[in-house]
Amino acid sequence: MNSPVAKDLVKNRIARRIAAEFSARKGPLFINLGVGTPTLVANFIQGDHIYLQAENGMLGVGPKATGDAVDRRLINAGREPVTETPGCSYFDSATSFGMIRGGHIDATVIGAFEVDEEGSIANWIIPNGRQLGVGGAMDLVAGARQVVVAMPHLGSDGKPKLVRRCTLPVTGFHEADLVVTELALFRFVQGRMVLCEIAPEIDLDGIRTLTEARFTVAEDLKPMPV
Amino acid sequence: MTANPKICSARQAVALIHPGDRLMVGSFGNSGYPEQLVNAVADSDLKDLTIISNDLGSPNVGLGRFLTNRQVRALIGNYYNWNPEVAEAYNAGRIQVTLVPQGTFAEAIRAAGVGIPAFFTPTAAGTDLARGKETRDFDGRRHVMERAIHADVALVKALKADALGNLVYFKTARNFNPLMAMAARLTVAEVDEIVPVGALDPECIVTPHIFVNKIVLREGP
Repeated sequence: MNSPVAKDLVKNRIARRIAAEFSARKGPLFINLGVGTPTLVANFIQGDHIYLQAENGMLGVGPKATGDAVDRRLINAGREPVTETPGCSYFDSATSFGMIRGGHIDATVIGAFEVDEEGSIANWIIPNGRQLGVGGAMDLVAGARQVVVAMPHLGSDGKPKLVRRCTLPVTGFHEADLVVTELALFRFVQGRMVLCEIAPEIDLDGIRTLTEARFTVAEDLKPMPV
Repeated sequence: MTANPKICSARQAVALIHPGDRLMVGSFGNSGYPEQLVNAVADSDLKDLTIISNDLGSPNVGLGRFLTNRQVRALIGNYYNWNPEVAEAYNAGRIQVTLVPQGTFAEAIRAAGVGIPAFFTPTAAGTDLARGKETRDFDGRRHVMERAIHADVALVKALKADALGNLVYFKTARNFNPLMAMAARLTVAEVDEIVPVGALDPECIVTPHIFVNKIVLREGP
């Protein structure tokens, strides 16, 4: 199966939609962004009420550093050199994960290999013998108040990533609150997956074909702004 | 004036490490790690080490040198995807690897330093990384019991020490360093500068000198 959305549009579309979710909310909002598409969310956030946290020990992460501003002692959790914002702070990793586990982080945006219809997330390992790492993924999904998953609707093999039950090792059970793909936006409401927005390139039957997970359709199903 | 007994060279500090020791090293992706101490260990004959660290640098770079040099018996940490030699060595049965979620890893090191033998966390409940671990429900949620992580020696990186060993750090190069400084029997701090006692603002000291046994001044630029 193929997504009807051109591949080069996918990441920015997902990031822009998630950013709109945060821009619309009252601040202050404390958000942790994972590597890849989640990092792009920062490019689209409107307003000065959002503070980015990096789990390697920084609150108030600024844009990526370039040129003379690059210092390998100032990086985000994806090892990219970043800049400071006024009022930023540094702390050790236990305090950083204390913020996360302690419920002080309003939202985390993460990528995923699979999300299932119960909101369980698999995003830490594909057991192929080449990877050996979990990082902060399990702490983030367990600790952040809202878990937002940013991922393409289909895997590189063309198979749905929204599945009935995760087949890969799970990062956290029943943790997803919002899933945004290039084709749709789903919310988990009282443990049930609900389709809330749908992209212009596809109709409801199309979404059902490309989604293995069972979901209900919101009464006020909306077009996804793209 | 007598010489400060805490100040020594990287080589002298590494002579205090024994084969088979559990060695904690501050780091986050080749940032905020004690480079000259790491190089001194990599250039030594030390073997069978258990390395406790967030990640293991890159192949033959930073902490990765320990594995390239076959000085490692076991790893305890959380993210080795930046160094594919780790998965290779693990698959070949040359090393043991214990993965601990990053926040649990940080807290377990903190716990060791502050005399807490174990704690419960919701992180990883029900997952492969909680397999075999005791669980308990608190407030209707499943929690996993995690043990403190101790070490024989901690090698940490700070920006400055005063002559007593009080430490201040620099930006995200702080990472696990202040936690590890508390969690080992012997802590060695590599610093860019040593200043007189009284020169650091007491309100800004992150690691009090009670936790620091040796200070190594970084050489060269």
